[in-house]
Order: sequence, then C-alpha cells, then structure tokens
Amino acid sequence: MSVAIPFNSEPRPDTGLYNAKLGVWLFLASEVMLFGALFSTYILLRTAAVEWPQGSEILDVPIAFFNTLVLIASSVTMVMSWASLKMGDVGKFRLYMALTILCALIFLAVKAYEYGAKFSHHHYPSDSTFLAIYFTLTGLHGLHIIGGVIVNGYLWGPGLKMWKSDPERFTNRIEVAGLYWHFVDLVWIFLFPVLYLL
Amino acid sequence: MSGHSAEEVRAHVKIYMMVFGALAVLTVVTVAVSYLDIAVGPAMVLALLIATVKGSLVALFFMHLKGEVRAILWTLLLTAFFFLVLMSVPLSGYLDSTSL
Repeated sequence: MSVAIPFNSEPRPDTGLYNAKLGVWLFLASEVMLFGALFSTYILLRTAAVEWPQGSEILDVPIAFFNTLVLIASSVTMVMSWASLKMGDVGKFRLYMALTILCALIFLAVKAYEYGAKFSHHHYPSDSTFLAIYFTLTGLHGLHIIGGVIVNGYLWGPGLKMWKSDPERFTNRIEVAGLYWHFVDLVWIFLFPVLYLL
Repeated sequence: MSGHSAEEVRAHVKIYMMVFGALAVLTVVTVAVSYLDIAVGPAMVLALLIATVKGSLVALFFMHLKGEVRAILWTLLLTAFFFLVLMSVPLSGYLDSTSL
C-alpha cells in the first residue's frame, strides 16, 4: 500500500508553502553563504594585496558582457516555461525550457573559450591571487550552471511524464527549478562587475 | 506565487518582458560606467549599486519575492544579515589597518 507524500502540491497550513518550495529557499540561503564566503575572501585578498589588476586588463569584457545577456535571457525563458505550464500550454513549456538549456550551454561554451584563452596565454590560478579567486568563483558558478542544465534537461525530457499524472506537482517542480536558476543568474550579476570591471 | 491563476500569470508575462528590458539596459549601463574616468572606490560603489538593482529585479519578479509569504521573507532577512556579517569581517580588518 502506497502512502501519498503530503504537501507536494497543496501548501502546508503552518508555512503557507508546499514543501519543495520551502526546501529550495532554505537551500538557496545556504548557497548565499557559500558564495558569500568566497566574496568575503575576495574582499580579504583584494584589501590585503599591494597591487590588484583591473579585471578588464586581463579578462575579456565584451565576451563576458555577451554572456551576461545570455544568462539574463535564460532567466526570462525559465520563468516563461513556468508561466506556460500555469496557462496549460505544455508545448510552449518545452520550447522555453529548451531555450533555457540552450542559453546555459552557450554560456558554458563561451566560458570554456575564455578559460582556454587564459590557459593558452599561460594564465593559471597559481599565477596570482586575482586569477586564483577568478577561477574559483567562476568555476563554482559554472558547476552550478552544469547542475541546472542536468535538472532542467531531466524536466524537459523524462521528467515531463509527471505532467500527465500530476500537473500541479510538475508545475511546482518547474517553479523550484526556476528559483534555483534565477539564483545562479543573480550570482553572475554580481560576479560580472566585481571580476571583470573593477 | 504557485497559487496564482492562469489569468494572473498571463498578466505577469508583460512584466517579465519589461524586467528583461530593464536588466539588459542596466547591463549596458554597468559596462558604460566602467569606462568612465572615476576613482576605484566610487566606481565600486556605483557598480555594486547597479548590480543590487538588477539583483532586486530578478528576486522580486522572476523569483516572485514580491508578494511572497512571511516564512520566506523572514528566512531571507536572516540570510541577508549573516551575509552582511560575512562581508563585514574582512572589511573591518581593512578599516582597522588603515586607521579609518
């Protein structure tokens, strides 16, 4: 005999939220502290350094500007994929989610190109504290993008079968996946000026 | 937000597009400001101010924090407090060392 897990779709009376939503927000709170620790490290390294290069002297600003726009666009397509499900249009959901994944892959490809260009000029994390924190922050952010692509890819493909059996729960899954994705976008919004422009 | 009806969501779509436009414009402004001949301190404040506005737009509209339940808002307030504590640790050391 199977027992249904409560509060997958309907909100809990005490929190006013379905469980996954509260769970993802608590996870994002921990993510704020993870990236916060690294931003704090950046401040420590920068204020203690005798010299600190301007990011634009070492890094490629136009390419990062392009990547910022790509990630912002992916946030819009992500929220539109959720909105499409709320309006009952699963075809549009698939389209917007595919665009979100495509944007993420473009972002990763551009990042890989950037890393390749750095390595070809013999710029490695061990060369300076600036490059060390640059590779650490962007590398961790990149891993988050990869994680998002895997989850979104699953929801776009095999995970979509839940839409037929429990559409509300599936829509909630897209909402929490979206919250994670927007957070990854939000982190980049701060990484871009801090690393590339200042 | 998850409880919103299809009609309400349809009305939000226009807002999402406006936010996208605002984010794109603010990204251009961020880069343009970096080319201005201003000192590192004010440039940093300005860039982080623009980033904060952009981040707020994402959180308020894409993450639906606008109109979100208290449980989440209190959780985030607590998170923001501890985030600021984290940032203040290296900054306080720096201010001490420069006798500011």
